[in-house]
Amino acid sequence: MTPRSLVRTWIFSLAVVLSVASPAFAVQPDEMLKDPALEARARALSEGLRCLVCQNQSIDDSDAPLAKDLRILVRERLKAGDSDKQIIDFIVARYGEFVLLKPRFEPHTWILWFATPLVLLAALAGIIYGYRRRESTAQAPKPLTAGEKRRLKHLVGEG
Amino acid sequence: MIAETGHYALILALGVAIVQMVLPVIGTRLRDPQLTAIAVPAAQLEFVLIAIAFFALMTAYVTSDFSVLNVWQNSAAAKPMLYKISGVWGNHEGSMILWVLILALFGAAVATFGTNLPRQLQANVLAVQGSIAVAFLLFIVITSNPFIRIDPAPFDGQGMNPVLQDPALAFHPPFLYAGYVGFSMAFSFAVAALIDGRIDAAWARWVRPWTLAAWMCLTLGISMGSWWAYYELGWGGFWFWDPVENASFMPWLAGTALLHSALVMEKRDALKVWTILLAIITFSLSLMGTFLVRSGVLTSVHAFAVDPARGVFILAIMGVFIGGSLALFAWRAPLLSQGGLFAPISREGSLVLNNLLLTVACAAVFVGTLYPLGLEALTGDKISVGPPFFNLTFGPLIVALLIVAPFGPLLAWKRGDLLAAAQRLMAAAIVALLVMVLVLAFTQKGPWLAPLGVGLGVWLILGAVTDIASRVKLFEAAAGEAWRRARNLPRAAYGGALAHAGLGLVVIGIVATTAWRAERIEALAPGQTIDIAGYQLLFGGVEPRQGPNYRARVGMFKVTRNGSPVTELAPSKREFTVEKNTTTESAIHVSWRGDLYVVLGDQLKNGAYSVRVYFNPLVRLIWLGGLVMFFGGGVSLSDRRLRVGAPKRARAKTVVKAEAVPAEK
Repeated sequence: MTPRSLVRTWIFSLAVVLSVASPAFAVQPDEMLKDPALEARARALSEGLRCLVCQNQSIDDSDAPLAKDLRILVRERLKAGDSDKQIIDFIVARYGEFVLLKPRFEPHTWILWFATPLVLLAALAGIIYGYRRRESTAQAPKPLTAGEKRRLKHLVGEG
Repeated sequence: MIAETGHYALILALGVAIVQMVLPVIGTRLRDPQLTAIAVPAAQLEFVLIAIAFFALMTAYVTSDFSVLNVWQNSAAAKPMLYKISGVWGNHEGSMILWVLILALFGAAVATFGTNLPRQLQANVLAVQGSIAVAFLLFIVITSNPFIRIDPAPFDGQGMNPVLQDPALAFHPPFLYAGYVGFSMAFSFAVAALIDGRIDAAWARWVRPWTLAAWMCLTLGISMGSWWAYYELGWGGFWFWDPVENASFMPWLAGTALLHSALVMEKRDALKVWTILLAIITFSLSLMGTFLVRSGVLTSVHAFAVDPARGVFILAIMGVFIGGSLALFAWRAPLLSQGGLFAPISREGSLVLNNLLLTVACAAVFVGTLYPLGLEALTGDKISVGPPFFNLTFGPLIVALLIVAPFGPLLAWKRGDLLAAAQRLMAAAIVALLVMVLVLAFTQKGPWLAPLGVGLGVWLILGAVTDIASRVKLFEAAAGEAWRRARNLPRAAYGGALAHAGLGLVVIGIVATTAWRAERIEALAPGQTIDIAGYQLLFGGVEPRQGPNYRARVGMFKVTRNGSPVTELAPSKREFTVEKNTTTESAIHVSWRGDLYVVLGDQLKNGAYSVRVYFNPLVRLIWLGGLVMFFGGGVSLSDRRLRVGAPKRARAKTVVKAEAVPAEK
């Protein structure tokens, strides 16, 4: 950042302290695991799991009691020595696929996952087709006839 | 009495809108100038009547008239005045009144300031606007009337969700709606052109300012929403890929594509059919956004099925307008003549690529938002589509778009020289690479992609600078010549460059705060400190405080940095008495490095409080970038070519000439 834009950022943020409403309060200190490696895994897992009673919020971000239960459940499984995949499978078996923020790649989600690349390919094909067709229908400028060339030479004063 | 006046005005507006929808079209068919001319006063009267209805509702809110059901449900006597006013659109019925008010405002603007439009086009545009107004006024009058009374009038209202009692959210809906509804202008112009079967570069020139204004409002509206979510949700997230957000993001993506394709149409008379289609798609997505948010289908497909009156009505509106306009498009579009040819490597070609990537990115958001709804409706299976899906599908497309964006403005129309453009961008590329390497060297942790992201942002900003520098021939021509060129450069060029640079700022902000945010979650007793990102926060305990319509418990934090005092932060918990609801408030200290963000939690069993502290580096750039984009749009809008008065003066001269001709006969 240049000094000038720094000044601007400063001016922009003159309302230095904002205090505003917020309902959510996620991971609590007493929930956290002692082992930082395990806790990091717990956080990573929590970010991919949906709080079932919230709108598109992960259990890591939500303060709903159900999210808290799930966070504790994840940590209990971690302490028991489960792998990440085992924990995810365990929770999906209990709460259904709805709990996953990243849908699994299975027949019922093929359309979901393939839609974007297919639209991209179709649009590309459409553009190429449209361009080809226009090129073939549009008249390319014909080369000058001998008479026109003579006239051109005459006009530019070389004749 | 005032509520009844509003109700009456609303029904009158419906009648006027029907006149505005029907008569001008008949007039243009019969070539009757008087019937055609009805469009103008009808549009103006419709605006006046809806404004009366809107202000009647606002009066009921401001005076806390709880005999009006809508006011009783959504307001309370003790609520601060700002939120009494914003309460008008903080609920379903009132927000629909705001929707039609903005629609009528745009219509009246075309009627009043569009005097330089061909009469027939203006009449058709206003008729299409009238038809949209008819649909939504019917919707309000039949399913969502805000003027219903209750008897006897209750003593106090039920209040407004405390979460919505917030300055940013007070102004978020008006801007969002101005964006949604503004795209109806592009839609009306597109349908009018299809009815006419005629379209030319002048059409694009008339459509562009409306689209630009709508895009600016939507940009600001989305930025405000994201800013609100940032401090509101208490953990510093700024975008959640929530369906409600996506509902506003899709029209923005399509509208951005429309802005760029209209540019090609205006300058080169090409991409006409596509631009018309894009105008229809953009407004269709706006309608869909309204449907998703207003029908309740998002909260649960079942809730929608239980009380379907509103949802089905909007669905019918969508069906008529989207289906009708697409059918009209299929029928009439082949009549439109194709314009200017261009090589694949050209300004036009780059804008086609821009449109390709933006619309496919929009399709990715569309699928991710609607697929879970469709799957549940068809099979009953419930799945979630969250951020990981959008990062994988939307992400790569946008990265590709950002990489190619700086090339576009440097290519010539018709046939461009990619190598020359690349040479001009060499300096920008080298600096962006240097920044990447420096960032990589100075940040030990964080994902390896993050320095690339920051480099990409720098690339966009410097690309915009390169664009302006090469247009004014900076360093190539003499200083005086460059200065003269800089002054004569059209404002649209500055506006475009500013918007691209603003996008660069947004990218840097998003990448930095996502990759390098720091977080501490601890149980703190008074007198203990917490360390984060070079700051020390001393917890001084909690004290009670009384607000206008809430009680608060406020945590006191003294913030120091290397021993010298920085600020005091006071995050709190608010207990709203009327609404019987509690909110947690964050306190934020803003510096150029980033935001120090503190949230106070509950008291734990041992008397300590749970406290969460974040440091969000450069997060302000996200909204600063949004503002720069908005400002860039404004600069472009002030361009002389787009100014309403400018073509009028030119026309006055031609009128004089035109009159001189018959005199010679």
